[in-house]
Formats: sequence, C-alpha cells, structure tokens
Amino acid sequence: MDDDRVFKALADPTRRFLLDRLFERDGRTLTELESELEMTRFGVMKHLRVVEEAGLVVTRRSGREKFHFLNPVPIRLIHDRWIDKYTERHVSALADLKTQLEEQR
Amino acid sequence: MNTATETTQVYRVYIKTNPQAIWDAITRPEWTERYGYTGLVDFDLRPGGAYQVRASEPFRKESEARGFELPEVIIDGEVIEADPPRKLVHTFRMLMDPQMAAEPFTRITYEIKELDNKVCSLTVTHELEGAPNLAALVNGSLEDQGAGGGHAWVLSELKTLLETGQVFAD
Repeated sequence: MDDDRVFKALADPTRRFLLDRLFERDGRTLTELESELEMTRFGVMKHLRVVEEAGLVVTRRSGREKFHFLNPVPIRLIHDRWIDKYTERHVSALADLKTQLEEQR
Repeated sequence: MNTATETTQVYRVYIKTNPQAIWDAITRPEWTERYGYTGLVDFDLRPGGAYQVRASEPFRKESEARGFELPEVIIDGEVIEADPPRKLVHTFRMLMDPQMAAEPFTRITYEIKELDNKVCSLTVTHELEGAPNLAALVNGSLEDQGAGGGHAWVLSELKTLLETGQVFAD
C-alpha cells in the first residue's frame, strides 16, 4: 500500500468522519454508516471504496452483511516513517497544548 | 448488530516477501524475539496444541528494572487451526497483568495471502469479546503507559524487519 493513497484518503472530511465513526465503534455495516451522513448510499460507498483501497478499512462478510473495520496499520506506518523519534515528544506536547487551549474556550 | 463485531479488531499489512517468511516470523521464536514485544513463542502447530510465549531476556530485564516481575509464561492459549503458510488460528490470554489474566480467552486469526505482484497481505483478526483490558492493550491505547503500540505497532515492525532485515531499535 503506498502512502499516496493513504494521504489522499485522509484528505477528505467525509472520509475522516467515516474513520472516526469506526474508531468509536468498529465493525459497522454500510446501513449504519450512511445513517450518520447526509449523503446518498452511492456517495458513502464511493468514499468507503477509497478508504478501503488505501488499506484504512478492512471489510468482512458474514452472511448477507458486510462489516467495516478500521485498520490503523497504514497510519502507523506513516507515523513510523515520518515522525522522527526525537521530535515526537515535542510534537505531542504541542498537540496537548492545543487541546488544552481549545477546551478552555 | 451483534456485540462480536464491535469487540473484534482487524489489522492488515502488505509485505514484500513470500508467505513462508511471514509464517516463520509469526510461529518461530528466533523471529518473534526480533520485533514488537520480542516474546519467544512456542507453538505446537496442530489443533489442540499448546501456544505459549515467554519473555525474552532483554524484555524480562527491562520489566524487572521497572519493578514489574514477569511470570514464566506471559501469554498462553491453544492452537485451533494451523494451515501453513496460509492460516493460523489460536486462542490468546495475556498473563502479565492480573486483570487481563482474569479475562476469558480471546481468539486470533492470521491469514496470509500472496498477491500477484510478489507482495503478501497479512490480516490479523482478534476477537476480544469480554476482554476490554486486553482490547485496550492490543489497540495501542496503553502505549503512553509504556505498554507498546499493540497490533499496529507489531505489524509495522514485522513489515520493516522482513523487508529490510532490521527493526527501528537496531
């Protein structure tokens, strides 16, 4: 799986929303996922195909149902490839600061 | 919606290697001590066969230095299906932590598929019904407590090891 597909998949707010929903609760069907979006079934399927092709979602069939699971491995690979071991701590400190400041507002 | 899909975690990684190399890296201690949690696996690869993991010497020393005495066997379970080098199913119980040790046995399935371009996909499905503490460990939620990054971290290192012969710590 190449990084380009992962970055492209993550570059869209609807697709990030879908990944966040799966992060909250994994193993959902298309019907459940589309119920949370103001979008046609075809639109949701199109976005799910992009995240699946990027390896960010893995699907499993059980009978007539198809379940979608979040696969964090491609994001982990990007993390390990791009986030330097020495700067990681500073980056996370800044990310924590941002969260704290935003929570205060 | 049944609860089993909600508690199941699925991970997939693509590795430039052959199925046998992945199979060996999962089932042989000389490989498992080189990536991830570095545990030494001991598989009796037939249905009903025992599965045990012992801590590597560096891991044991590091744990003891942090005041964390490890049991002799840190993970146990039983082989359900072994179809080398394609599919391995076994049960899994973590014994390093009393809360996790009290949870029921969970179930791990490894599926290795060779794609046409000399790349294999490795899919790990971990069924974690009734084991919320272990679920938090293997999804990486406890990484900032020094508990490692779970399956995603382990598979990332496994990919690096098989493709480059090295891991990050080397």
